[in-house]
Parts: sequence; C-alpha cells; structure tokens
Amino acid sequence: MNEYVVELRHVTKKFPGVVAMRDMHIGIRPGEVHGLIGENGAGKSTLIKVLTGVHVPEEGDILVDGRKVVFANPVQAREHGIACVYQELNIVPMLPVVDNVFMGRKIKNKFGLLDYPRMHREAREALTMLGHPEIDTKTECGKLGIGLQQMVEIAKAVSLNAKLLIMDEPTSSLGEQEVKQLMTTVRRLRDNGIAILFVSHKLEELFELCDRVTVMRDGEHIMTEDMQGMTNDRLIQAMVGRTLETQFPKIPGQKGECFLKVTHLKEAGVLRDVSFEAYGGEILTFAGLVGAGRTETMRAIFAADRLDSGDIYIKGKKVSIKSPGAAIRHGIAFLTEDRKGQGLVLSQSVKTNMILANMKRFQRGPMLKWRQIDRQSRELVKTLRIKTPTVNEVTMQLSGGNQQKVVIGKWINCDADIYIFDEPTRGIDVGAKVEVYNVMNDLVRQGKCIIMISSELPEVLGMSDRVIVMRGGRVMAELDKESDHFNQEDIMRAAWGGEIG
Amino acid sequence: MTSAAITKSKKKTGIGDILMKLGPLMVLTILFIVFSIALPDKFLRVSNLMNILKQTSINCLIGSGMLLALITAGIDLSVGYNTILATCLIGVLMQNFGITNPVILIASAIGISTLAGFLNGTLLTRLHLPHPFVSTLGTKYVFWGIALLITSSKTIGFTNKGIDQVLWIGKQTIFSFGFPVSFLLIVVVYCIFDVFLNRTALGRQIYCVGGNPEAARMSGIRSANVLTTVYTISGLMCGIAGVVLAGRLNTANTASAATYDTDAIAACIIGGASFQGGKGTIWGTLLGALLISAIRNGLNLFSAGNDIQYIVIGSVIIVAVTIDVTRGKIEARARKMATV
Repeated sequence: MNEYVVELRHVTKKFPGVVAMRDMHIGIRPGEVHGLIGENGAGKSTLIKVLTGVHVPEEGDILVDGRKVVFANPVQAREHGIACVYQELNIVPMLPVVDNVFMGRKIKNKFGLLDYPRMHREAREALTMLGHPEIDTKTECGKLGIGLQQMVEIAKAVSLNAKLLIMDEPTSSLGEQEVKQLMTTVRRLRDNGIAILFVSHKLEELFELCDRVTVMRDGEHIMTEDMQGMTNDRLIQAMVGRTLETQFPKIPGQKGECFLKVTHLKEAGVLRDVSFEAYGGEILTFAGLVGAGRTETMRAIFAADRLDSGDIYIKGKKVSIKSPGAAIRHGIAFLTEDRKGQGLVLSQSVKTNMILANMKRFQRGPMLKWRQIDRQSRELVKTLRIKTPTVNEVTMQLSGGNQQKVVIGKWINCDADIYIFDEPTRGIDVGAKVEVYNVMNDLVRQGKCIIMISSELPEVLGMSDRVIVMRGGRVMAELDKESDHFNQEDIMRAAWGGEIG
Repeated sequence: MTSAAITKSKKKTGIGDILMKLGPLMVLTILFIVFSIALPDKFLRVSNLMNILKQTSINCLIGSGMLLALITAGIDLSVGYNTILATCLIGVLMQNFGITNPVILIASAIGISTLAGFLNGTLLTRLHLPHPFVSTLGTKYVFWGIALLITSSKTIGFTNKGIDQVLWIGKQTIFSFGFPVSFLLIVVVYCIFDVFLNRTALGRQIYCVGGNPEAARMSGIRSANVLTTVYTISGLMCGIAGVVLAGRLNTANTASAATYDTDAIAACIIGGASFQGGKGTIWGTLLGALLISAIRNGLNLFSAGNDIQYIVIGSVIIVAVTIDVTRGKIEARARKMATV
C-alpha cells in the first residue's frame, strides 16, 4: 500500500511568459481531508487543473497509487479516480437528479437503452453514502436548494469510484446550515476511505475539517503540515511570505484635492456600506479577497451596475451617473480586470481600440479624422512602449501586457481625471508590470487620481499611498502609507476578517 | 511570449488571413474559368456578364443591410418581405390611389421599409428580445401579411401604367454594352457603405458593438442606439431594393421573396462576415453576391433547373459556413498563442 493515493513530484507548468507552477509537490493520503490554501494567484487553480487533466505539465510526475500516470485530458484523470467539484455547480436544473448524477456516462440494458431502474438505484446508493437518502432521484435538480444541488454534484463525482475528490471552494455560495451539512458529508466520504483535497479561503473551515494542510505561494510549495497545533498566524505568514522586493518603482504621491468621494454605497447582496475618498496625485488601493466587493464598488461608481443607494461626489459636486458613457464624461476611466472580455475589442485594431471610449474627440461631423487618430495612436504606442508592428495590428495578436497598455491608451485619450485600475498587472509578465507601474506613476505626477484594485499584496504595499481593505461588501480598514499597520500581515488579517492591532 | 513565437504566429495567421480574404475571389475566378470553358460563346459574353450584374443588384442591396446586422452578431430575417412590402406599396399607391409621381412612389417605398427596419431595431433594443433572430423572424411574417393585406393577395402589373420613371432604375441599361443602371446604383451604394463602415465613428462602433458588446458598453458606447440604427439602415436598403425589384419584375408579387433573406446571408458569409459578429466587409459581400449570381447564371446556361441550382447554392452556403468556422478556429488558436 502506498502512502499516497495521488502524488505530484517536481511538477512545473508554464504558460508563455509565465511559470504558473514551479517544482510543486504534494501527496494526498487515502482517507484524509487535505487543505490547500494560498493567496489569489498562488497557483491553486493550476494545481487543480493539472490534477484533473485540464493542463498537462511540462515537467514532473503525477502518481496514482504509486504508479506514474499521464493525463492527456480530463477524461483520463477521471478514469484514474480523480474527481472535482467546482465552485460553480455543473447541474442541469431542468433534468431530474438521476440524469445529473449520470451525466456524461450511461448504464445500458440489454436492448441498448438506458437502464433507468439501475441508474436510480445507484444514484440513491451514492446519495445515501453522502448521508442524503432523502433526495428523490426523480426530482428536478432546479427544485433542490443549492446545498442539495451540490450533494448531487458530489454524488456525480463519487459515483465514478473516485479515489480523490477535489473540492474547489465548495462553501463559497453556501449558507451556514448548508456548510455544516457539507462538512458532515465530507467526513463521511473520508471515513469511506476517499481522499479529499479541500481548497478554501476560509481558515475556520480548514481548522475544523482538515487533517493536513498545504500552503502555496507564487506557484510553489511552501509547506505541508498537520493541522493539529497549527495557528492562524502561521498560515497567514506562510501564505504572505516574501519580503517586499524592489520591483515597484513607486514615486511618492502629492496628495491634491478630493476627486472622488462616495458615501454609503449599497447594492443588494454585494455592497453593504462603502464610503471612501480618493485624491488627485495619489494611488489609493483596494485590497481584500476575491469577492470582497472591490470590483463591484467600482462597477457601481462607473454605472456598469445599478446602485441601490449611496451618493457620489466628483470634485466636491454631487453627481448622478446613469451610464458608463456618463461616467466617462465625468472623467472616470475604468480599466477592467477582464481585459479581453470588457476592455478590448480583440478583432479590432490597436488604433480603433484606442479611440473606442472617446470617438468624439476624433470626429468631424460623422467622419473620423483618421490622420489625427493615426498620429495620436503612434504617439501613445511610443510613450506607453506598446510592442506592436503598427497601429493597425489587431489587438488579438498582442501579448497580455501590451493589450493592457492599449486599454490604458484608450483611457488616456479620454483625458480622464480618475483612473480605476482593476488588477492592472494580472497575467502579465514582470517586465510589463513595471511598465504599467511607470504609467501609473506618470499619471500620478500629472495630478491624476488613481484607484487600484489589487489582490497581490506586494503590489499593494509597493505602489500605494493609501490602502482600503474590504471584506464582505464593507470597508474593513483604511491604512496610510505611514501607518504602523501598513504591512502584509495586518492587511491580510483585515481581509480575512480579523482585528488590526 | 518570445519574439520568435510572436512572428511565427503572426506569419501563420497572416497567410491564412490573405487566403480567407482572397478565398471568394479565387473561387469566383475559378468559376468563371470553368464556366467559360464549359460554355464557350455563352458565358463570357458581355451581354451575359451584364446580365449577371443585373441579377446581382437586389441581393447586393439587401446584402449590404444584412452585413450590418451580421457585423453586430445579429441577423435580419425580415429583409425579403420588407423588400416585397416596398414593391407592393408602389403597386397599391399606383393602382388604388392613382399616384404616378415617381418621387412620391419611391419615397413611400423607401419610407415604409425604413420604418419597418426601425421597428425591428426597436423591438430588439427596447423590448430586450433575446436575439434578432426572434424579432425579425416575427416581423418577417408580419411584413408578409401586410403585403398580402394591402394588395388583397393579388399580383399588380406595372407595364404601361405610367410609372416607367420608377421602373427605370431596375430596368434601364446604359452605355453601348448595356451596363445596368441598377448595378451603377450598387457601385455608388457600396462606396458609401465602405466610407460609412471604415471612416465614420458610427461605422467603427458597429464593428465594436459586434466584436465585444461588453467592452463597447464599458467604453460608453450606447449599443442600443447603434443596433437600432443598424436595423433601420437594413430596412432602408430593403426599400431601395424594393424599387429596383419593381423595375426588374414589372410586377408587385407577394410570392417572389422566396430566397432573398438566405441569399443575402449567404453573400455576406461567403464574403467574410461571421455569425459571431465584429467582421465582414462590403466588398466581400459584393464578391459573395456575384458568386451566387454567377453560379445561378452558369447553371441556367447549362439549362439546369431550379432543382440543381438549389442543390449547388445550398452546398456553397455550407462550404462558406465551414470556411467561417475554420476561420474562427484559426483565430482562436492565434488568440491562445498571443495572450495568456
């Protein structure tokens, strides 16, 4: 008998320009609940994708029951007994429980038709093992609560004779009662000898449920230890780890007038109560975990989503912003996190994307002044150092960092005063990051107001003049650069809902 | 990404791009050669070529509006009967109200179709119907019904009714070799479209709304207004097509719209438009329309009936969509290589 059901040895996964996971190792024992934590972008998703055969690693070995295996695709991983329940449920709500449990595979009778009696029986057995014999396999899934839908999803996973069940933030959309229910089920599965890799953002859950825990950071293995005797602080320290590096060319800001002030923003289910002020000549950063309501705050200010209540003041004047167009006219620029989905029209050229948000500036009547556009675009390509053969290149062809700079160029063309950068350096390589920081510095020097959302703590500390920490749709803390609490540990503590000093 | 990889991926798609753009032109050329060899003295005669141009006009006009809808990742299924509606209105105004003033007749035809297009756009953007497929499928039947209603389901003849000035556009040829006026109109309209799509702000916005509606919205572009304009222009083009149709057929006939909508879609798709939106050019559409007409014309000269024609045209559409899908895959791969 091997010590581990599933083991990774020296696994490295690279993407063009980025090493997502480096020399990773982890071993999961049969019948244990193994916690996996790390900051956003630490490489947890990459690890899951390697284990489930979505990504094929460049180096290293995957071992199942001590034997080396190669997963060329997700089906092969499943055949080796590795199943995954994702954060978002993959349930077809119109279909009954039984069809959802057996989605993607079938049991046929001797006529080649679906053997429903047997499928119902096996689905019931699986649900009974999970401790939910009360779920009727004929019920439409959509009629079950979210907690029970998740049970169906787990039943789907374990009915494939899973040896290892990966649960990716399974409690993120569950209520308190449902979380308890889920934990009972996880323990039952463990007692049945199934290994569980439990990925979570919530430390309490890890303490309650896990036997061992692995911490990842920057795509690397930091530690694996028994949960017994572990402390909150040690986990956070392991996650945050590194000291501040010199990759942040920060120039200190000259705090100017108040450009943006918002009071008591509320949006049902997302924002509970958000107030803050942002000033010209400084970088104000919003820190917090994914889902803390940072992006939602900015979307609401930009009128991309509707606010339920709250006031917005720009340069001291109360404004009512009804559409993104109106926000732009008020001098707000919003560089969304999802460049490809919301920032760029990938099928269009660099120059078209650059005028996207302010065509008026380049218009004479209905006509576009292409000569001026060409000139201005070339100018921006030069100052922003965008690597592109010409301004006519379609943006699809550019690298992530250069695409980001095209988006920045788009907003510079709007002559905005308030720049909201949502995760401006996500997914771009180190060199390009520094260039993006330099652009931010230039804007600050011109007295513009910069609001950054960042989940990378070094970036938060390296580039900010002031930091606001959010959690659960609320402002948890506001830290000035000069404050004693302007450090990784305290920011993390606030982001995880703890008290600061 | 290394610079070597960048140049490599670019080179690949660069050649692919050119092939895709030249694709319809090459097919058209090959088709011409094949027909010229197979049908000596028949196909490659000036009079026949002029015939092809004449036959293309209606599809070109309708196709230009359809192109706009396709660029926005939409579709306008009502174009055929919108065109018929315009022709029928001319007939009814002439027959039932005795109006023979060409200006009034043409203006009303274009007016009603533009209004119909505006209705399409409004339904889509204000009632938030899920997809223009739904709204324009509905209005297609409505326009058909209205056309039947106002004509009492009867065919109206235009010959010797004193409206020859209206028919002139669709019928007349100029120069010694018989160049059709209707195709001259196409050249003018297509040049305007080229400028509109590439040189005006609204034109660029149409591409951007189609390429990425969310990015367009987050850049402050009012997609609803852009879309409404697109369907209104599509209606306008149907109106002009209706006027040309009057001259081509010499009748207003509610049954003649059979394949106008699908012909227009085919012309656009063959010419490089995509159902995913954000792409397509007016000159590609012209090539697509010419290709369809050339196939029809050539097969006619072979004395192939409607049966064979439909089979061939149908196959061409499928091939065209296959090209569209392949093109999408090539680009998806390029995207994956260029951005991670």
